[in-house]
Amino acid sequence: MDNLLVANQVSKSYGGYRALNDVSIEVPKGSIFGLLGPNGAGKTTFIRIINQITMPDTGSVLLDGEPLQPHHIQHIGYLPEERGLYKSMKVGEQALYLAQLKGLSKSEAKKRLKHWFERLEIGDWWNKKIQELSKGMAQKIQFVVTVLHEPKLLIFDEPFSGFDPINANLIKDEILKLRDDGATVIFSTHRMESVEEMCDHIALIHKSNKILDGKLIDIKREFRSNTFEVGLVTEDKETVSKELKDRFDVTPATFKTINDELQYTIKLSNGHANELLGYLAEKGRVTHFVEVIPTANDIFIQAVQNH
Amino acid sequence: MNHLSLIIKREYLTKVKNKAFIIMTFLSPLIMVALISLVAYLSQLNNDKVRTISVLDESGLFLNQFEDNEDLKFEMLTNTSLEEAKDNTKENELYGLLHIPNSQNIDELAKSITFFSEDSPSLVVMSDIERVVRKKANSLKLKENGFDAEQIEGLRVNVQTQLETFDGQETSELGSVLKLIFGGVSGYLLFMFIIIYGNMIMRSVIEEKTSRIIEVIISSVKPIKLLLGKIIGTSLAGVTQFAVWVILLGVLSTVVTLMFGIDPAAMQADQMQAMTDVGGDVDAKMVEAMVELNKLPLANLVIMFLLFFVGGYLLYASLYAAIGAAVDSETDTQQFMLPILLPLILAVYVGAFTVIEDPHGTVSQVFSYIPFTSPVVMLMRIPFGVPIWQQILSVVILFATFMGTVWFAAKIYRVGILMYGKKASYKEIIRWLKY
Repeated sequence: MDNLLVANQVSKSYGGYRALNDVSIEVPKGSIFGLLGPNGAGKTTFIRIINQITMPDTGSVLLDGEPLQPHHIQHIGYLPEERGLYKSMKVGEQALYLAQLKGLSKSEAKKRLKHWFERLEIGDWWNKKIQELSKGMAQKIQFVVTVLHEPKLLIFDEPFSGFDPINANLIKDEILKLRDDGATVIFSTHRMESVEEMCDHIALIHKSNKILDGKLIDIKREFRSNTFEVGLVTEDKETVSKELKDRFDVTPATFKTINDELQYTIKLSNGHANELLGYLAEKGRVTHFVEVIPTANDIFIQAVQNH
Repeated sequence: MNHLSLIIKREYLTKVKNKAFIIMTFLSPLIMVALISLVAYLSQLNNDKVRTISVLDESGLFLNQFEDNEDLKFEMLTNTSLEEAKDNTKENELYGLLHIPNSQNIDELAKSITFFSEDSPSLVVMSDIERVVRKKANSLKLKENGFDAEQIEGLRVNVQTQLETFDGQETSELGSVLKLIFGGVSGYLLFMFIIIYGNMIMRSVIEEKTSRIIEVIISSVKPIKLLLGKIIGTSLAGVTQFAVWVILLGVLSTVVTLMFGIDPAAMQADQMQAMTDVGGDVDAKMVEAMVELNKLPLANLVIMFLLFFVGGYLLYASLYAAIGAAVDSETDTQQFMLPILLPLILAVYVGAFTVIEDPHGTVSQVFSYIPFTSPVVMLMRIPFGVPIWQQILSVVILFATFMGTVWFAAKIYRVGILMYGKKASYKEIIRWLKY
């Protein structure tokens, strides 16, 4: 069993509106899976189906090979984008309550909470009310509550919103650590740099359809466009750049350098990188030659625009 | 611990530990007792003033008729003219002047009696005076026609029908009154309970939405469990508060009575007596009442009262919960409030008018099965004898409807989450039910 979560042709309509159309997604065990898509694409609906907040009209969802059942909520930790805590309840009481709802015994929950509170250095918040905490502080509690019952599947919807860079980093490290400890993470965000940093698999949902999925590295290979960033030091800049423009698909580029050079992004429609390199070497001294790897951001924009 | 009991516990504890709740729990009885005592004290103050009324009786018929009492003193004037009497009364700052003109025709006399005073006289004083005049005039009239008033009084027959069912159960009219009181009190109690605590349940259902914790919770528990837990937990908090109120009210009114000699209860008793002025020996009535009380099927009544009270309360509570489920904030609830109270008001009206007239008529019967009215109507009917299977049927319908409403509310709740930010209207809710 390699996939923790498998969705088979899941469709869901609200009245006349089709929120998900035949979406099939496989989330490999132990991966950090980026669930991407523009606003209103259907990501949240999909996540809600996994959490059994709503049922799919057709299709099925398997967790660890079993069709989703109510008891599975114990194995899922969900941090929704719309999140909050009971304002008038004390932090400790509240965390205990939420942990018990997830099936932990009171004593076990207490033990684990103590541990987590110490680790995130929030131990002295236990008797504070949520309304006395700042938003970022409340978010930390929320994170602890989400992961406390050590679920197999963690679902984070925009987990970093509301965190300052230091705390965002702290949470990022915790997520990576949870993954290393064996949890599978589904990660929904619009922050492409976090996708780049953390996800090994992604799926892209657009207008209720899945338009792309797989390993991030495979997708990048698929989206590579045989484009290279080059730097060339040459005596006769004008002639060389004219020649380059005639021969290749060239756009100006800028990168940091210590040389006075021509900087271009060159897209090869056919041919090899070596040929380009050979050609450039004849024209002058090559200071910079890098393949342009599409970023998650590029892939996102390109895939969405092509559909 | 399973989810439901966890939720009940949390709801109960957060309600009971809430500062505003605690303050209201202990302050309300204080305020009530203080208010009642104040009113009692003020009316006593008022009563303490003895009003003096001068009477100018030119007919000479009412010589010894006006008797002084705690509140009223009468001064008989003689040998003065009306004008002089008026001036006199004014000068001495008396309450007023009663003028009875000289006329031997009783009918004419009765119409021409005048009361002069500075301001409009109090109704109580006027009715006192009129009673005296009426009594005298009546007896004079009787005498005029050759009857002896005292003899007639002695001949008056006191009618009291003995009631007996075909089964041989004896009741009396007093019994019927007792039965109505039982039904009325339980209906009133239910009504109050719903009005006081219905809103609390609604607010508690909205709580998850305003604090935005709803998705976290709903990914852990089923909405129906959450709603049930909220209804039960909040109700228990309500029962706790109510119990504290009853106890505190009892203690406080005893204390007030002992310390200040003001008896709020006595004041009410006075009014009660005035209203149900049936005459006769009060002690004998009490004994009769006890006898009648014992004749009622007490065990049946108590059990059914509990079942219908709990069921009726839960049903209405679940309606409030459904409103809470449909809206995002308390300000959106107004449009839904009236439709909830209407059936309750209808129940009280049916109970108050139809059941009194005919406890087993078709209307009474029908309404004692409809779950929204049965808690009031059936409770009023039961003392008059309702077959046990009918009672059970009605209870079953009631509780089934309660579960149905909670299910319905849970459905609205679930869809309401998905439609975040959309305002709930009736049309919208009907559409939601199809999802």
